Amino acid sequence: MTGNAIVGYGTGLAPLGRNRRPQQDSYHTARLPDLLTRFNESAKGKILTVQEYFSLAWKSLRFIFARPFYAQDLVQQMEEIGVKSLGIVLLTGLFTGMVLALQSSVQLRTFGATMYIGRLVSASMIRELGPVLAGLMVAGRVGSGIAAQLGSMRVTEQIDALNTLGTDPIKKLATPRVLAALLMLPVLTIINNVIGIIGGNVISTFVVRIPTSLYWRTVLQQIAADGFVFRYVPNDFVMGLTKPFVFGGLIAITACYFGLNTTGGTEGVGQATTRTVVTSSILILVVDYFLTQLLLSILSYG
Amino acid sequence: MADSRPDLQRRSDDTKRSSVRRAIRSELASDAPDERTNGGGAARRRAKSHAVVALHNVSLAFDEPVLEDVSFSVLPGETVAVVGESGTGKSTILKLMLRLLVPDSGQVCIDGQDITGLSFDEALAVRQKMGMVFQGAALFDSMTVFENVAYPVREHTDLSEEEIEQRVREKLQFVDLDPERVMEQFPAELSGGMRKRVGIARGMANNPELMLYDEPTSGLDPLTTNTITRLIAKLQRELHVTSVVVSHDMTSVSRMSSKIALLHDRHVVFFGTPEEIMAQDDPYIRDFIGAL
Repeated sequence: MTGNAIVGYGTGLAPLGRNRRPQQDSYHTARLPDLLTRFNESAKGKILTVQEYFSLAWKSLRFIFARPFYAQDLVQQMEEIGVKSLGIVLLTGLFTGMVLALQSSVQLRTFGATMYIGRLVSASMIRELGPVLAGLMVAGRVGSGIAAQLGSMRVTEQIDALNTLGTDPIKKLATPRVLAALLMLPVLTIINNVIGIIGGNVISTFVVRIPTSLYWRTVLQQIAADGFVFRYVPNDFVMGLTKPFVFGGLIAITACYFGLNTTGGTEGVGQATTRTVVTSSILILVVDYFLTQLLLSILSYG
Repeated sequence: MADSRPDLQRRSDDTKRSSVRRAIRSELASDAPDERTNGGGAARRRAKSHAVVALHNVSLAFDEPVLEDVSFSVLPGETVAVVGESGTGKSTILKLMLRLLVPDSGQVCIDGQDITGLSFDEALAVRQKMGMVFQGAALFDSMTVFENVAYPVREHTDLSEEEIEQRVREKLQFVDLDPERVMEQFPAELSGGMRKRVGIARGMANNPELMLYDEPTSGLDPLTTNTITRLIAKLQRELHVTSVVVSHDMTSVSRMSSKIALLHDRHVVFFGTPEEIMAQDDPYIRDFIGAL
């Protein structure tokens, strides 16, 4: 019995809360084990969540290379994630580029350096704003959609039905979405960058009044200025395309995780959707920082 | 006694989300074979060998105990109904048989094979012997009726398109649906009774030896209830399919089942034929069947 009690305590399952004799303990000794037990349990819960998240991530990535391939689902998801997000990505990209040009023109005018607008716009778009904005937009549009769809499928027992019919839900549902996001987010980012730089061009030509040729020359100068990988691939491109690749995986895996783990009916679907958008947006911004630091040290900038 | 106590406490101490976890874990944790497969002597193995489904002393707890020491078996060709009040773990029993859940202790045997210790991929294979009809039919709403019924066939056989279409038409006709009318429709366009029937057609698409029904008649009008009840009986009569039906509708249950298992307070309190349950004089059982 003693052995059992010790094991129970160590695993946070001690009967402390239930079997405590009321008057024997002082306030602190009575509260502390309770608190510890609760802390222990919640910590274990969190760790389990992380473990399940990574387990899902690993499986959905591993299944990319395992038969059977659900090619039709993949194409469908690429359309859903890529083609249908084109509108919002074009719109946000264009206006981001425009406002960048406008803001920097004000700032640069004080130094008489408005001709460097192109450099500023292209550096910010390609390195940071393009990937992050495309990621956030896709997290909002696609992540929520995936979570809502998988959540409803879980709630209406369709996930169980898939299992029953002998299909691995992760392979059938998660893998095509993750792969589609991995492939499409870099594409969306490139489009976002291009349209953003064009937006900057419009503003610098018609509002700031610097020649289009000068604008584009500074854009290209900036891309060349940060050095190359393998002599031909600009460092900025490597950084700008690694990020959306990572973000795409983050968004899809987060959405699949919350979607597949939905409980509690329609309300649960709503919660899963909200959590997906919030979590993946935060993850994008946090991971972006660390990724930038990593890439800056690897790519030997400056 | 003393030894079993920490176990109980452990169960009740499970965190709130552990029930979900358990369901997910059985899907996620593919490679975790359990070491509780080799219980039971030769006698028990013989008894198992001719039962299609057998539960041996199954216990399961989520936040609190759901099932305790549940045992019963289903012989070939039988229709066993699992009845009980709402929330007594009836559907849980079906999920145990499908190995969507794994019991805390005890064995679940399908065709004499203990499925509690199987890996995820092995469980997928065992599930192909079974057809499941879900409470809300659980049709894939992104697919047409044809695609729904064809899904298990495509997934597990190498039939040609014509053969698949042939199979789907045959199954839809069996459940009294007009293939021409419903095949290209989406589940959302169907009525509740039709969805149930498509669900049955999908469940039997691969000619399983065991059919599981989760509340097949709940939420249906009396006429449709009769139709579904007749359909389940027809399936058993014509195709000799073994069935497990979870329900709380005693009228339809007594009409289609050869045996009834009554769940109450986590235990099976009665297991026998419909005639036997009618003859019981235990107050709870009388209440339950008299409640119609």
